[in-house]
Amino acid sequence: MPLSESFFASRFGLTERDLQNYLSDALSAGGDYADLYFEYLSTCSLRMEESILKSAAQGVTLGVGVRVIAGERTGYAYSDDLSPEKIRKAARVAACIARGPASIVTTGFEEPPRHNLYPMLRAPNEASLAERADLIQRADRAARAYDSRVFQVQAAYADSLRHVLIATSEGRLAFDRQPMARISVTVLARHNGGPPQQGHSGGGGRVTLDYFLNEKTPEYFAREAARQAVVQLGAGEAPAGEMTVVLGPGWPGILLHEAVGHGLEADFNRKGVSAFAGRIGQRVASPLCTVIDDGTLGSRRGSINMDDEGIATQRNVLIENGVLRGYLQDQLSSRLMRSTPTGSGRRESYQQIPMPRMTNTYMLAGESDPEEIIRSVPKGIYCANFGGGQVDITSGNFVFAASESYLIEGGRLTRPLRGATLIGNGPEALKYVSMVGNDLKLDEGVGICSKEGQHVPVGVGIPTLKLDRMTVGGTAA
Amino acid sequence: MTELEKIAAGAVDLALQSGATAAECTISDGAEFEVNVRMREMESLKEAASRGAGIRVLAGRRSGSSYTSDFSKDGIARMVQAALELAKITAEDPHAGLPEACGRFEGDLALYDPAVAALPTQWKIEQAVAAEASALAADPRVSNSKGASFESHLGTRVFANSLGFVGSYCTSSCGLAAQPVAAQNGSAERDYWYSSARAVAGLESPERVGRKAAERALRRLNPRKIATQRAAVVFEPRTARALLGEIFDAVSGSSIYRHASFLTGMLGEKIASEALTVIDDATLPGLFGSSPFDDEGVASRRTVVIERGVLRSYLLNTYTARKLGMKTTGNASRGFSGDAGVGPGNFYIEAGPQTPEQMIAGVKAGLYVTELIGGGANTVTGDYSAGAAGLWIESGELAYPVSGITIAGNLKQMLMDLRQAGSDLEFRSSIAAPTLLIGEMTISGH
Repeated sequence: MPLSESFFASRFGLTERDLQNYLSDALSAGGDYADLYFEYLSTCSLRMEESILKSAAQGVTLGVGVRVIAGERTGYAYSDDLSPEKIRKAARVAACIARGPASIVTTGFEEPPRHNLYPMLRAPNEASLAERADLIQRADRAARAYDSRVFQVQAAYADSLRHVLIATSEGRLAFDRQPMARISVTVLARHNGGPPQQGHSGGGGRVTLDYFLNEKTPEYFAREAARQAVVQLGAGEAPAGEMTVVLGPGWPGILLHEAVGHGLEADFNRKGVSAFAGRIGQRVASPLCTVIDDGTLGSRRGSINMDDEGIATQRNVLIENGVLRGYLQDQLSSRLMRSTPTGSGRRESYQQIPMPRMTNTYMLAGESDPEEIIRSVPKGIYCANFGGGQVDITSGNFVFAASESYLIEGGRLTRPLRGATLIGNGPEALKYVSMVGNDLKLDEGVGICSKEGQHVPVGVGIPTLKLDRMTVGGTAA
Repeated sequence: MTELEKIAAGAVDLALQSGATAAECTISDGAEFEVNVRMREMESLKEAASRGAGIRVLAGRRSGSSYTSDFSKDGIARMVQAALELAKITAEDPHAGLPEACGRFEGDLALYDPAVAALPTQWKIEQAVAAEASALAADPRVSNSKGASFESHLGTRVFANSLGFVGSYCTSSCGLAAQPVAAQNGSAERDYWYSSARAVAGLESPERVGRKAAERALRRLNPRKIATQRAAVVFEPRTARALLGEIFDAVSGSSIYRHASFLTGMLGEKIASEALTVIDDATLPGLFGSSPFDDEGVASRRTVVIERGVLRSYLLNTYTARKLGMKTTGNASRGFSGDAGVGPGNFYIEAGPQTPEQMIAGVKAGLYVTELIGGGANTVTGDYSAGAAGLWIESGELAYPVSGITIAGNLKQMLMDLRQAGSDLEFRSSIAAPTLLIGEMTISGH
């Protein structure tokens, strides 16, 4: 696409000459590299509670971020005003980290190859508000109809459309139009006026409203939230201590995100502060484990046609048959480590400096029948759903919080358990994987990853997994 | 009126002229500066300003919200129209509306220090360099660093509504942090220390920030994993603060009216031991949780939430107060878009008589928690489970570091089992707690 046909040219009159000028300002005090990230983000959100559509909000944020890299230094400034004077001022502020004569900006831009992972028949904001409101009304009705013990339902729908333009001093010019939509449902249930329990479900991705009409309906998410709340009504104390843990397929893949994903982001390894630093080629998991980070899966929440530095995303093998293969690279770290970018440079918005981040992180399917995995456990727990997780990169300790789990006794799931946190150590935990299911599943599309205060959408997935040893943080000691 | 106050009041007027029965507009205008240094070199420097406006309109009992960063006349008009359009599709909510009365706390809250705006860039860089250098010089085992940073923020908050309220206030803040890595015999541990304040004079010295961070990382080296057991748990202020955050969620009107808190219906009841008194006060000068009015234009105040173990008040905004048949406590909190939620002023646990050292000395065997990782409480049930690291207490003394463990219990029991609150209350953020001692929790190890 020529620049003249782009959103920012038609809406704000941006020309190649403008881009050249801004980049020249950015490199006016020297530096190795500069880039511009233009963003226009429109959002819409609706929330229903007590069967009343209580709130609706829409809005627009826009701006441009200017970055200058000089050796290991990064200068950054941004403007929420796209007038040339304001952008040039931001460029000169970002330039302050460099000292020296101006560097040359390549003349002429080229558009690099990129994917087409989320073609849109109609953009999210082309659907009517009434159509969107209908989705959460359906969710509300379905959750209430699921079980008479359901007494509170919150259903929300949010969508956004982000226009992005990236121009670099090396002559790369890249565009993208990124949709995102999500439904979430929270349900409270109680039995005969007893203490309530909560269930939560949601999903979506780089999709538009049609996804919720044709593929995953509001009823699907609503019933799942209600089911979880009702299951918790009968839950007992979770056990405490080391035991065998079986993770169900899909969202429990948050294990990979915390245990290995963050530790393999190149910035932490370049600085030697990750527990995985210097371990490429070493065994860090059982030979049954192959872990991939893949930004190229169609319509997935963690997918992007290009990363936020204009590089096409790709399928990156992190761990192959238990051996550590590679890191997730962005511009800066790949330059300094003399490696190649892996399409992993991401940022939350034009106000933020990009960093190496995950996209969709999952483990390849193995050969075991999931039922056989559970049958093989005399005593342990089975975790079907999780809340969030967190990792300490340096020590490698990570946690993730089970929200739906069951006791396994004699190879059978016997009773539901209350929420409990699981804790392990990144470079060690996956060595205890003794069975991998043939049922790889990706999550429903709700993941948000937070790093140094920046939030980006991600996906995870695993097949059913058996870990022979992990510490479970219940109360029943 | 200031320029921004005029824009906010103008947006409210435009909404009324366009058919809204009530409206409120929030504007936030801010400038940020952040420098990161690592291994004695500057790593990144960021400096910029941005602003945004949000409006919420009511058409009778229906509401709609919108926001923009475009402050031109057209931009504001588009924002108002977008909100009105949404108010056509939302449903009648009998409890929606503006507060009964607006106002402001009239004392000097010392939220803005002009010295923050005048800080030279070079000085800010030197502070971060000095903090990291102090950490690296503390001990030869501090051999690496995740860096050190200096940040400053200047902001203006403006609020106007159709009850005729127009107000604004300016804030400043600055912060210095260091994150060293200590390593020995194949064990690597990081920790951090930070100091932040509304005024430059309130900052701790870079030397102290770096030294404290290094001491914290060093004492974690070569941790052990302990056996699963039930034992006393002492939360240092940094982790006690996280625990208090869970209590905040449980007393927030948003959780209460939904029956999504284990404290629903417990007003006037004894829910904790006598050692626990919790206050919310947005009128304490110079603190991060202070403001003259909340995000609905209601005057800030002091609320006793828990008094010697008895639940005295929930924290409410106008909507949650109406849902519960109560009065707002001035705790409305909102960003640009959507409805006001409930947020803390300075939400803190009153200090007790004993020093942390005295508290630890009284513990025969237990865990001193210096870091919580992931997990937390289920506000609905009170169930609590979190990853933890810290030091094991043996016969009243900190004996050795532990990690890779979890602590679990239920907040209902944990609050009743709170033995002591320490004397070391410091307001480092809007939620603040002293050292806390809980009689017994489940610690999960090997």
